Amino acid sequence: MNRILIVAEHTDGKLNPSIAKCVSCATSIPDAEIAIAVLAKDGTTVAAAAAAIQGVARVLLLRNPANEPALAAVLAPQVAKLAEGYSHVLGPSTTFGKDLMPRVAALLGAPQVSDVMAVESANRFRRPVYAGNAIATVEAPAGRQIVATVRVASFQAAAGGGSAAVETPTLDVKLPQTTRFVSVSAARSDRPELQSAARVVSGGRALGSAENFALIQRLADRLGAAVGASRAAVDAGYAPNEMQVGQTGKIIAPELYVAIGISGAIQHLTGIKDARTIVAINKDAEAPIFEVADYGLVGDLFTLVPEIEKLL
Amino acid sequence: MRKILVGLKRVIDYNVRVRVRPDGSGVVTDGVKLSANPFDEIALEEAIRIRERGEADEVVVASIGPEEVQQQLRNALAMGADRAILVKTDASIEPPAVARALLKLVEKESPRLVILGKQAIDDDCSQTGQMLAAFWDRPQATFASKIELKGDVARVTREVDAGLETIEVDLPAVCTTDLRLNEPRYIKLPDIMKSKKKPLEVIDMAALGIDAAPLLKVLKYEAPPQRQKGVMVKDAAELVAALRQKGLV
Repeated sequence: MNRILIVAEHTDGKLNPSIAKCVSCATSIPDAEIAIAVLAKDGTTVAAAAAAIQGVARVLLLRNPANEPALAAVLAPQVAKLAEGYSHVLGPSTTFGKDLMPRVAALLGAPQVSDVMAVESANRFRRPVYAGNAIATVEAPAGRQIVATVRVASFQAAAGGGSAAVETPTLDVKLPQTTRFVSVSAARSDRPELQSAARVVSGGRALGSAENFALIQRLADRLGAAVGASRAAVDAGYAPNEMQVGQTGKIIAPELYVAIGISGAIQHLTGIKDARTIVAINKDAEAPIFEVADYGLVGDLFTLVPEIEKLL
Repeated sequence: MRKILVGLKRVIDYNVRVRVRPDGSGVVTDGVKLSANPFDEIALEEAIRIRERGEADEVVVASIGPEEVQQQLRNALAMGADRAILVKTDASIEPPAVARALLKLVEKESPRLVILGKQAIDDDCSQTGQMLAAFWDRPQATFASKIELKGDVARVTREVDAGLETIEVDLPAVCTTDLRLNEPRYIKLPDIMKSKKKPLEVIDMAALGIDAAPLLKVLKYEAPPQRQKGVMVKDAAELVAALRQKGLV
């Protein structure tokens, strides 16, 4: 039996969609019994959402005011304590999981496999390296605890309709006081969330200004899509950092990805190659984005985007 | 003395198109340019700026790797580091062992801040900083896009999925750098000359007395599946019609 503990990411009482994908990854480990750890201030709604994911055997709810907003240094010792007796400890490959899981691995003295994209056996995994230019198959020592982060774009969300038991264990762990949350500047938006959206419209450097970037937002709204941006557009200040798609930004797998004025640097392509359909609009017919696009359209985006908008 | 320790890894240069060897044993490295990991250059630049602001006295740059990494360390000294340490090993070592080796240097040097890149662009693990912070039992501030030191506290803005998060950590602490923290300076010729006089200490990895044996075994490397090039459409109407037909809009 492989006992798997998944660390839940959540904000404002909502479970992050990446967790259902982590469950999917966990169920592909043979003979898996899956638990989800919810470390929260209250966590009632988060635990309920976690318990409803199919394939989850139990939810461990750890209530502590210090658990929100999440700080890796505060969560790690609790997760490490909870992880006793588990063969695998998983977290999503989001900034939450990337921050937390290596700290947990270090406390457990376990190796970490980062960005698992496929499970081959209980201790053998596939993961991207060199910005996705190579895929490595790695093997951890058998019978030893493994920590991993899950590349969420590689897994479908596990279905709902489950009804796992919610337990509220108590832990005797000393929590550090040396890290304090100050603030988070999150743009509030009615648009779908970039990492889980079915459609994404992204803009690149060719937009030329933050004002022109509104063109991307209008098309996205027309399509009910999330808004993304290339690194060049974010570096130039046309779009905020949380919109960045690519190796160092968000790695996404929407049904439809529309790249507008994006040339297609390798680090950007790494972030979108799991998209079902890629559409590229660029004035340069030689742009590398056309090598991966299902539909390519060469032309001036300032003419084409309004035209497309009218046709929708 | 208020020290900053910076970690630097030598990797395949970010401009090189990485290719997998036909036998799957690794990636092609013959004749390939090797450079400092770009995130580590950002870490070094930040450390130098902090010292230039008068908030630190010495920047120590350390690397773990073969003899030849001295070249990247010399560049780091030319960029503005005061002193370099090479922990020499020809073995490939994993993040937990790197973190343990850095901890040994931390114990020796007692820095108030350690700045590392958020990930190396070869193995893309993104683990070392967090592991060092855990072994050291100190705070971590990962994916930093702004670092301000105020007395014994660092206020760090982090690039997170939701946007920008600001946290405060008591020093000493570990920071890892994101891309937008700064733009590393170019090295000028006179600085290269000056750097030759700066101290570069070489320590044997074995002398640190840590277990650096790898835990993970890479069985093989493969090229990623390639997407097929699709069709070019002539105008907006044809594009929208094609997407409609596939039920995508």
